[in-house]
Amino acid sequence: MACNYEEDVPHVLAVDDNLIDRKLVEKLLKSSSCRAVTTAENGMRALEYLGLKEHHQQNNGSKVNMIITDYCMPGMTGYELLQKIKESSVLKEVPVIIMSSENIPTRINECLEMGAHMFMLKPLKLSDVKKLRHQLTNVEVEKR
Amino acid sequence: MASVTQLQRQFIEYTTSLYKEGYLDDQFTQLQKLQDESNPDFVVEVVSLFFEDSEKLLNNLATALQQKVVDYKQVDSHVHQFKGSSSSIGAQRVTNMCVHFRNFCEEKNLEGCLQCLQQAKHEYILVRNKLEALFRLEQQILQAGGSIPMME
Repeated sequence: MACNYEEDVPHVLAVDDNLIDRKLVEKLLKSSSCRAVTTAENGMRALEYLGLKEHHQQNNGSKVNMIITDYCMPGMTGYELLQKIKESSVLKEVPVIIMSSENIPTRINECLEMGAHMFMLKPLKLSDVKKLRHQLTNVEVEKR
Repeated sequence: MASVTQLQRQFIEYTTSLYKEGYLDDQFTQLQKLQDESNPDFVVEVVSLFFEDSEKLLNNLATALQQKVVDYKQVDSHVHQFKGSSSSIGAQRVTNMCVHFRNFCEEKNLEGCLQCLQQAKHEYILVRNKLEALFRLEQQILQAGGSIPMME
């Protein structure tokens, strides 16, 4: 399968403080189709990459089509990162997926209410990510 | 020198026992499914990262529990990491041990934590030895010109 790194290749930002999980989610995403994947080890780094600092959108932010983030991270939780993304006029349309190893209904609802596209339980499986990719295609189609 | 067929049978038996005895769970199979021609060493790479990471975590845990005043939040944070990474590679017994460990952290039970640390270390060494043996078997099969049997 040829990879054409053109405009229409979805670019995903994956945020997780656990090294093994970062490697795993990167491989899972790349195995689902040709995807450009960037990983970040915490919320701050993710925001820097997106060009979002202290509520100001800087012009040098990278464009992503989806953000997938762990919930439990030191410094800034996945929820707090989600919040900042939804508060940004530039980024708020980007679907954000929250992952967690803990199945806590209040946590899940909290994230969905804040505008998370989806909540996924860790550890992630290939079938989860394939489902996600299918959904993402639908989201993109809806926007057109 | 064992034949390819014998080695493959050994591999199947060994892998089956690892799942049966709970050392590995379905998540390990997921890792194997992700391995392909573009990334033929994926499983070994991820597992090696897990080994390095675990050894660091175990050292950090030992240090944290040796402090005059133990910071249980810090201890719990390390155990959370360990639980996460072991779960991601399918090292089920290690993950289960981490669950107990977290309970003792919540209770601020030093004795319980120290015991769990020893047990977690023990389970980690066991699964590490078994995975290394499995990888060696794989190498033997490949070197003898055979292919690794797919486990379903």
